[in-house]
Amino acid sequence: MILSQEEVNHIALLARLGLSNEEVERFREQLSNILENFAILQEVDTTDVPPTAQPIPLQNILRQDDVDSSLPCEEVMANAPRREGNYFRVKSVLGKS
Amino acid sequence: MDYETIIGLEIHSQLLTRSKMFCRCAADYTSASPNTHVCPICLGMPGVLPTINRKAIEYVIMTALALNCSIPEFTKFDRKNYPYPDLMKGYQISQYDFPIGVRGHVTLEMGDAKTISVTRREIRITRVHLEEDVAKLVHRDIPWGDSYSLVDVNRSGVPLMEIVTEPDMRSPEEARQLLIKLQSILRYLGVSTCNMEEGSFRCDANISIRPIGAKEGFAKAEVKNMNSFKAVFLALEYEAIRQRKVVEQGGHLIQETRGWLEEGTTVSQRSKEYAHDYRYFPEPDLPPLTINPSWVEEIRSQLPELPEIRQERLVEQYGLSFYDASILTSSKPLADYFESCMKLWQGDDQERKAKILSNWLLGDFAHLLNENNIEIDESRVTPSHLIELLKLIEEGAVSGPAAKKIIEDIFHTGKRAGDIVVQQGLTQITDASDIEVTVKQVIGNHPQAVSDFILGKQQALTFLVGQIMRMTKGRVNPKLANEVMRRELEKLC
Repeated sequence: MILSQEEVNHIALLARLGLSNEEVERFREQLSNILENFAILQEVDTTDVPPTAQPIPLQNILRQDDVDSSLPCEEVMANAPRREGNYFRVKSVLGKS
Repeated sequence: MDYETIIGLEIHSQLLTRSKMFCRCAADYTSASPNTHVCPICLGMPGVLPTINRKAIEYVIMTALALNCSIPEFTKFDRKNYPYPDLMKGYQISQYDFPIGVRGHVTLEMGDAKTISVTRREIRITRVHLEEDVAKLVHRDIPWGDSYSLVDVNRSGVPLMEIVTEPDMRSPEEARQLLIKLQSILRYLGVSTCNMEEGSFRCDANISIRPIGAKEGFAKAEVKNMNSFKAVFLALEYEAIRQRKVVEQGGHLIQETRGWLEEGTTVSQRSKEYAHDYRYFPEPDLPPLTINPSWVEEIRSQLPELPEIRQERLVEQYGLSFYDASILTSSKPLADYFESCMKLWQGDDQERKAKILSNWLLGDFAHLLNENNIEIDESRVTPSHLIELLKLIEEGAVSGPAAKKIIEDIFHTGKRAGDIVVQQGLTQITDASDIEVTVKQVIGNHPQAVSDFILGKQQALTFLVGQIMRMTKGRVNPKLANEVMRRELEKLC
């Protein structure tokens, strides 16, 4: 299964990555390899296996609605590339996809 | 050609849990400074693990039951992927193919004040599911420089319930009524504050038009950015007309997202849109849920009396009209107020008393509350204040016009009606001999009106009686004032 250039560009757009033509080719090959490997799994006969959302045999793990203290603001901001007061500052975004 | 309007709604409401959906940060951020209700989980730090808030699940089950939904035994969370700065993880934890509630319905009661009648319309509910709210962006535009956005993560992770309806509404008014109904139900349940202006209750609408009788309609528009009931109504009115115009002028409608602007129009947002490609997949960090029927039944048994049932009971128990009962029960605090009053005003003639009370609650008292923008349960006029006043009227101690002044006084000062009557000398004058002096004075002061009456102008009598009411601060029984005035005037004829 070989991905097209358009498909690679679409995936890059969804991840907000800008790729050079060279990178598009390189990822096209690498992503195609990954897909081929997963395609092997498709060969397994799963007719009697119900769709599984979670491989871990757990369910109904719930917590009580209790409040705990939050992080101090300085720690919240510690990794922020840009801040303004106690806000994170990011590039202008108008209109939502 | 005639078209009908087809509307479906998606309603998001924040749930009133103490903590957030997947972490223990406080969910109420209304008065919090930016980024103070935040932890590694709602910040979307790598390696953290979300945990499910049981209360949020219960609130959604409760709501789904109140909306007559089925609760499938299996439910799970999924990741909805999209890149946007309000989404800390790059995905929102939501529910895709196994929502908590499915296939319900809500009955709309479209009241008509003119005919005092109620028409019923059933709107199907597609699903009710649970997700997390996103961070809040503040846009900054510097005229001489950069424009940028500021991110406040406090809202990120607050439990958000989404209710999706089938496209069953046929007018903007029905859409507005549905929102009012849902707000009322969610408030009865106590699961959300449902305040549109503050953003705890939000609505997106899908709207299209269809030639009457046809199966297929034209492409629908998704309208966003409506932050009041009025905005929803106006935006849909605008859209319904715009779509008709496009078609009538031979244009072509496309499926698109449109934003409502305060100026009163909707604009296409498609230029900024990327193709929807959310790549949903099961949330690997959260185990699925089995909702046992016994859990559902336990929650069902705790459901409060909902507006429709209460309405029927009020009609049955107090002999109210469906119309009055439907308005009284549209707000839980109002219905609670009504019933607290009735408990304080027992004895014979419950139906007559209920009618008098309901007239006050929907008339003069409602007017006072609206004018001052105060909720009934925050008013200084408590049920015991109001009933004291109504008893004074019943006993004939206070006239109707004086009572209107007294309730205003109670409203502003919280004094008891009995005290106000004594302090301001508002006891009703019921003895004809007590007002004869006033009547004679009025006749003396207004010779023109008197001669008008003698010449046959009946309106002059209304004017003169009005003068009596004025001079006595409304203390006289209007019927009595009328009688004595007429008698005195006729002596002059």
